[in-house]
Amino acid sequence: MADDSDILVKVRDLHFERGDRMIFDGVDLDIPRGKITAIMGPSGTGKTTMLRLIGGQLRPSSGTVHVEGQHIAGLGHGALYQIRKRMGMLFQNGALLTDMNVFENVAFPLREHTELSNDMIRDLVLMKLHAVGLRGARELMPSELSGGMARRVALARAIALDPMIMMYDEPFTGQDPISMGVLVKLIRELNDALGLTSIIVSHDIAETCSIADYIYLLSNGKVVGHGTAEELGNSSSEWAQQFLNGYSDGPVPFHYQAKDYLADLMDGADQRAQSNGSSGVAS
Amino acid sequence: MSLNSIRTLGHKGLSFFQRLGRGSILLVNIVLGIPALLPRVRLLIQQTYSVGVLSLLIIFVSGLFVGMVLGLQGYNTLVKFGAEESLGVVVALSLVRELGPVVSGLLFAGRAGSALTAEIGLMKATEQLSAMEMMAIDPVRRVLAPRFLAGLISMPLLAAIFSAVGVLGGYFVGVGLLGVDEGAYWSQIQANVDYHDDILNGVIKSIVFGTVITWIAVFEGYDAIPTSEGVSRATTRTVVHSSLAVLGLDFILTALMFGES
Repeated sequence: MADDSDILVKVRDLHFERGDRMIFDGVDLDIPRGKITAIMGPSGTGKTTMLRLIGGQLRPSSGTVHVEGQHIAGLGHGALYQIRKRMGMLFQNGALLTDMNVFENVAFPLREHTELSNDMIRDLVLMKLHAVGLRGARELMPSELSGGMARRVALARAIALDPMIMMYDEPFTGQDPISMGVLVKLIRELNDALGLTSIIVSHDIAETCSIADYIYLLSNGKVVGHGTAEELGNSSSEWAQQFLNGYSDGPVPFHYQAKDYLADLMDGADQRAQSNGSSGVAS
Repeated sequence: MSLNSIRTLGHKGLSFFQRLGRGSILLVNIVLGIPALLPRVRLLIQQTYSVGVLSLLIIFVSGLFVGMVLGLQGYNTLVKFGAEESLGVVVALSLVRELGPVVSGLLFAGRAGSALTAEIGLMKATEQLSAMEMMAIDPVRRVLAPRFLAGLISMPLLAAIFSAVGVLGGYFVGVGLLGVDEGAYWSQIQANVDYHDDILNGVIKSIVFGTVITWIAVFEGYDAIPTSEGVSRATTRTVVHSSLAVLGLDFILTALMFGES
């Protein structure tokens, strides 16, 4: 892989547990600067958890996450908030503040973190909204937006402070084909135009593969494959092939773990016979 | 069987103390966040409007009816002893010392407390609080602190309004309907309601209730399980716990304030 200065986010031997459940069991990731990196895997593999670990909202059980050389879990409250100002995150449902209109939502981080004049804030907000094509929607309330529009507003808000890194949590889930196309285009264009480093967490394979420069596949708490979309497509790993092609059976079985089908059915028959027998005795 | 119930008891005890600990840490963080609010009065005004002003109607109507009932009940008892002239004192003291802070506390928990929990819980469930954290904005300072301070300011004012309206309600019934002498009603209140012993103690009670109710409400919202079921449970817990806290604390405060005299 590229040398250290090109790696913006470095995850090493990451372990994370939630209750008794192991979410990550020794994960290593490198997110290269300026590129779009996708983290893919089935539902429940902790893809969103990975973003929260990078953003410092969760702490790993062991292992490290470094962002631009800083050890995230070791940072104090102040330092963590400083580095978060340079991270943008797009949440799955947008997470817009429901008591403010579109304009105020995008202006929110600017008003909180800068002393800019109202004129300046207005110009900046309109520029960000124009970039996502929603300059005309600035007076609308979040409840009046479609899902795709809400995500675009959230995207405008996330880039309001010109972050170095953008994290997308399932950006394509539940979108119609047009919004999906718009989001794919925006993620690629913003990454290149603003010189961002993007991390996409998703299981929408076609859309993600079309824009990702590098892909990590996660399953059962481990990295099971990584490479460009093409390399993974040619991979000999049965698991990768099942995931990328959506086969219903394979290394991830169709049936939830259960005992033998015939034995299970016969057990039921045995129990019925026994209960009939015992009720017969009782009567 | 008995081992299981002991285990359950221990588990419940531990989780109670864990919540108490989390709640206390949150309270400290909120209080530390209050000075940062001073330059941002607009935030505080917005919240005082939604917590306080929007609770005015229920406080006003309830105060009026409670005062009217006190007037009726008080008159019926006092008239047996020929002491109906003292109706004003009975109404005013019951309201200022007890019913004002307690009933408005219970109403405040039901109206403003539940609304606070539901609002904060929903912000958590829709990831708005998480999004703020990722924008490097501390939700405890930006969302919880202004709401907490607004509750603290609103509750004593609401209790005072409740008592004032209640005294008027007693006046309408006593003087207007039942024929108590108007001069006696007011002069008895003036002569026998002590500023320090009665009014100030009532105000202290309402400040304590306001603090506890708002603390419970913001904590329940912030600590809610971020699902619709979790938020509805948290809202119920806010009303139940803060109502019980008001009644329990009222006994303790009354014993401390009026126990010796």
